[in-house]
Amino acid sequence: MTDGAKIWTLHLLVLAAVFVAQFLLPPYHATNLARIMVLAVFAMGYNIAFGYTGLLSLGHALFFAAGMYGMGLPVWHLGWLSLPALIAGLVAGGALAGVVGLLALRTAGVSFMIVTLMFAQAGYLTLLYLNTWTGGDEGFVVLSEARVLFGFDLATDTARFITAFTLFAAGLLACLLLVRSPFGRVMVAMRENEERSRMLGYDPFRIKLLALAVSGLYAGLAGAAYGMLFGYVGASFATIQYSILPMLYVLLGGAGTVLGPFLGALLMFYLIDITSNYTDAYLFVVGAALVGLVLFAPKGILGTLRERVWRWLP
Amino acid sequence: MSFGPFLLLALLEGTVMAAVLALTAVGLSLVFGVMRVVNVAHGEFYMLGAVLAWFVTYYLPFPPAIAWLAALIIAPLIVAVIAALTDTLILKRLNYDPEATIVATIGLLYMLQQAALTFYGPDARPVVAPFEWRIQLPWFGYSGYKLFVVLTAVVILAAVWLFMTRSKAGLVMRATQVDRETAQAFGINVDRVYAGTFALGGALAAAAAVLIVPIQQAHYLMGHDPLLLSFIVVIIGGLGSIRGTLVAALVIGLSDGIISMFFSPTLAKIIATLLVALVLVFRPQGLFGAKA
Repeated sequence: MTDGAKIWTLHLLVLAAVFVAQFLLPPYHATNLARIMVLAVFAMGYNIAFGYTGLLSLGHALFFAAGMYGMGLPVWHLGWLSLPALIAGLVAGGALAGVVGLLALRTAGVSFMIVTLMFAQAGYLTLLYLNTWTGGDEGFVVLSEARVLFGFDLATDTARFITAFTLFAAGLLACLLLVRSPFGRVMVAMRENEERSRMLGYDPFRIKLLALAVSGLYAGLAGAAYGMLFGYVGASFATIQYSILPMLYVLLGGAGTVLGPFLGALLMFYLIDITSNYTDAYLFVVGAALVGLVLFAPKGILGTLRERVWRWLP
Repeated sequence: MSFGPFLLLALLEGTVMAAVLALTAVGLSLVFGVMRVVNVAHGEFYMLGAVLAWFVTYYLPFPPAIAWLAALIIAPLIVAVIAALTDTLILKRLNYDPEATIVATIGLLYMLQQAALTFYGPDARPVVAPFEWRIQLPWFGYSGYKLFVVLTAVVILAAVWLFMTRSKAGLVMRATQVDRETAQAFGINVDRVYAGTFALGGALAAAAAVLIVPIQQAHYLMGHDPLLLSFIVVIIGGLGSIRGTLVAALVIGLSDGIISMFFSPTLAKIIATLLVALVLVFRPQGLFGAKA
């Protein structure tokens, strides 16, 4: 098989396996899987910025929350229904990422991390400050009338799984197409050597801004879907913790691999789920995983696999 | 209360805040200056200082003043040991790569938080102030301990200043900051300097927390605000510049005290975080430090 055929076979097989899993798994795990798929969409977006373009952001919770509130606020205040609200969330995430990028991308490295962290913190505090409009700390429940998509009630397990799966599959395939396209190669060139790509005539600022905006679209869509599928919108999703989680997923699964974010989200979710049966020290697991990964496996699972066995893995 | 006394009260509260903030932020700034490491777990060193102070004052059978003094010595020492271990076991192995160290210190943040939650618990607990003494002003009474906090912070900061500018160890640290390779070529044990700097940074945060803990209670999540404020101060003052950090701590502490007294504390924080982001974007050398 050619590399292209191998790549498509692998990714379609993974998608098929995930789709079939809903019929085989007990409802508890099927719901978990729906949650993981939405989080994986978020992590895929993070991966486009961090894994491929080399933009280590500590503020992606802002774009996730922008999607969530971009979906939730029109539903709450304007009575919008599911599809336009989801699209509003998607656009909100991408647009905010673009605006933040315009400023933050004037910096690089550590400054970029801190600037994105500060913007995300300001966004979180703004949600608290405007609590008459946003529900502040307590958040709000998404009206059940709005949680109906094409006649399917998203509060039911099957509809929720199918919706999460559709978004996940679309996100995964779009990501695969993106990173195999010429633009995807230029993104990687930014990560590897910005100066050299500038000499070749590319405009690093524009490329990075575009990558960050795409990343924001993913995060916004994930945030909107999370609020819509699980019925709750709250400021806790804008905290720094939700900027760290996608980074953790991506680092674990493998930065700069298409399947890495999903694998990382899956493993981390169940790692926390299983350890919480024995101990409530789940923060410790997250912390130890972060330290262990940067110390012993900075390339993550699929990154290491690509280095050793599957050289063709995108 | 009329406007004048109200402003005076805001200024006093702001000064206390600025003093504690200066201690915490100087620790962060030292670590960044010498090691080029952004320590995201700095706020947790602060939290550990407060929690350890509670343990010390709770279990030592001394009167409050002596128990508190003991805490002021013991808590920073323990935190310094933890910080030095972190440096040798984790940061050194990462070769102080800026991005990897940030991820690792985020991990450390979660681990320390969980450790505090497990061993100390979710409750906020008070530490008895070493003395109770109110200064009666014409308009309101003010806690004498708070003024003592300012005084102690100034003394500690002066000691750090003398240590950095007058002692051999300080000279070695500054030499390492300017040029690590050359320092090593002159026989300076850079590993030990880094471990010592990280320990000193952590100890300063812990000392700040011991000072504040009789005013605020010790809680496992209390490290969040000082971390953010220290970041703000260090960035506005110019990354790595101690003098800039001190000036910025005074400005931020006072303005935070005044803004949160007259407006909403949340609004004050929103303005401060946005200001920091914009300073980093448009004036990366900081508002006060001319050189980085």
